Amino acid sequence: MQILLKEFPSLLQGALLVIEIAAGHLTLGFLLGLVLAAMEVYGGKSISLLGRTIQKVLRGIPALVLLMLMYFGLTRIVDVSSTVIAIVALGLRSAAYQSQVFRGGIKAIESGQMEAALSIGMGKLKAIRRIILPQALRLVIGPWSNIFTMEVKDVSLAYSIGVLEILRRARFIIRYTHGNAMLLYCMIALFYFIIVRLGNTFLYRLEGKLWIPGFERRGRTKTRTG
Amino acid sequence: MTEKLLVVEDLYKAFGSLQVLKGVSLVLGKREKKVIIGPSGTGKSTLLRCVNRLTTPDSGRIYLDGVEITGAKGQLTKLRQQIGMVFQHFNLFVHMTALQNVRIGLTDVKRVGKAEATQKAMAVLERVGLAEKAGSYPAELSGGQQQRVGIARAIAMDPKIVLFDEPTSALDPELIGEVLNVMRELAEEGMTMLLVTHEMGFARSICDEIIFMENGEILEQGPPLQFFTSPKHDRTRQFLHKITELYGQGGEE
Repeated sequence: MQILLKEFPSLLQGALLVIEIAAGHLTLGFLLGLVLAAMEVYGGKSISLLGRTIQKVLRGIPALVLLMLMYFGLTRIVDVSSTVIAIVALGLRSAAYQSQVFRGGIKAIESGQMEAALSIGMGKLKAIRRIILPQALRLVIGPWSNIFTMEVKDVSLAYSIGVLEILRRARFIIRYTHGNAMLLYCMIALFYFIIVRLGNTFLYRLEGKLWIPGFERRGRTKTRTG
Repeated sequence: MTEKLLVVEDLYKAFGSLQVLKGVSLVLGKREKKVIIGPSGTGKSTLLRCVNRLTTPDSGRIYLDGVEITGAKGQLTKLRQQIGMVFQHFNLFVHMTALQNVRIGLTDVKRVGKAEATQKAMAVLERVGLAEKAGSYPAELSGGQQQRVGIARAIAMDPKIVLFDEPTSALDPELIGEVLNVMRELAEEGMTMLLVTHEMGFARSICDEIIFMENGEILEQGPPLQFFTSPKHDRTRQFLHKITELYGQGGEE
């Protein structure tokens, strides 16, 4: 127990690193995912094909393999930390997944919205930014919370390329104390559980806050009984 | 005739193997109002959508105030600002209030300052009788109110012409009147208008000419009185007969 108290700052640092990587890769995935989705939906033949190809390749590779590939590939060429590699690798994969969530959201918006925007002289990019995305993003908060839930937990895969995240730090402690394995793994499990719950609560609140008359809302659908 | 504002020359458009427009030509002078009628699927909407290039015609030319719209690339957004469009299904931006719907073209397209744009948008909403609904979202408005916001959004840009694509077809009968009233006022103020509508009474009372289209061609056109009382083609007569059966005489709605 004493050892655990002494090692707590180390675990905390590992936890903070998990949050940092998660925030980094989800943000990267968000931005690139939007670009990929826009390429797929609005791009001409070649741009759309490019977007789809990137998305398919990235979705088709296990995250662990992608991490290894990038780790052994990138560290040969440039001097980057394994933390950055984790953010980039997980971020790229996240972009591929998120692009499909966004694509669904964009496709759900009636074509009349784009037509109306064009008809008042708006350019296509501006119409996407001001008219389509604000609606599409509101629609996909639910599905996006799935992405969040899965991919926050995937940060633990960064363990494999030597990132000093919470799991690797726990393994150190287990190794040199010759024990405490169950306790430490339970702590990590609890940590991820709390992060996932907090994130989802936040997303639910956000969805409620951004709600606009006429939009569907989770948990508010009236169901017929009897 | 007055100065030509819109000139459409020999327009062709096919969707796949379906030839929708087969050489349509028409001229609209400044302040003129023309109504296009005809059975569904004859290319009326396609014609309107070609005018602001939401649909690109296969061949033919369209000029607005002497500037060619067909073929324009970089200028397209500039040209569209001068052509208002009112849609059958309103197409209001659903995540914006009525005020924001009317204002966004001013702030984001014309780059008018926010305060000035708000003032102008409110004035236009006032014109369509909806100033008190400025803060409402489309889902909180009736169909008639939504369409009036749609008209406000179009005219806030100070267009040279407004295209109406069956503006009342999606409305409950008791809501049609309020929209037609706004359109009539607009017509009386001298706006140039090209409309697709089945509201014959309205067409008769405001328009300079009625154009009858069938199968992608203009079959007959003329001033309303002549058009309704002595149509040249049998087909026109049949269509008019059908539409009066459906919508009534339309002496005035």
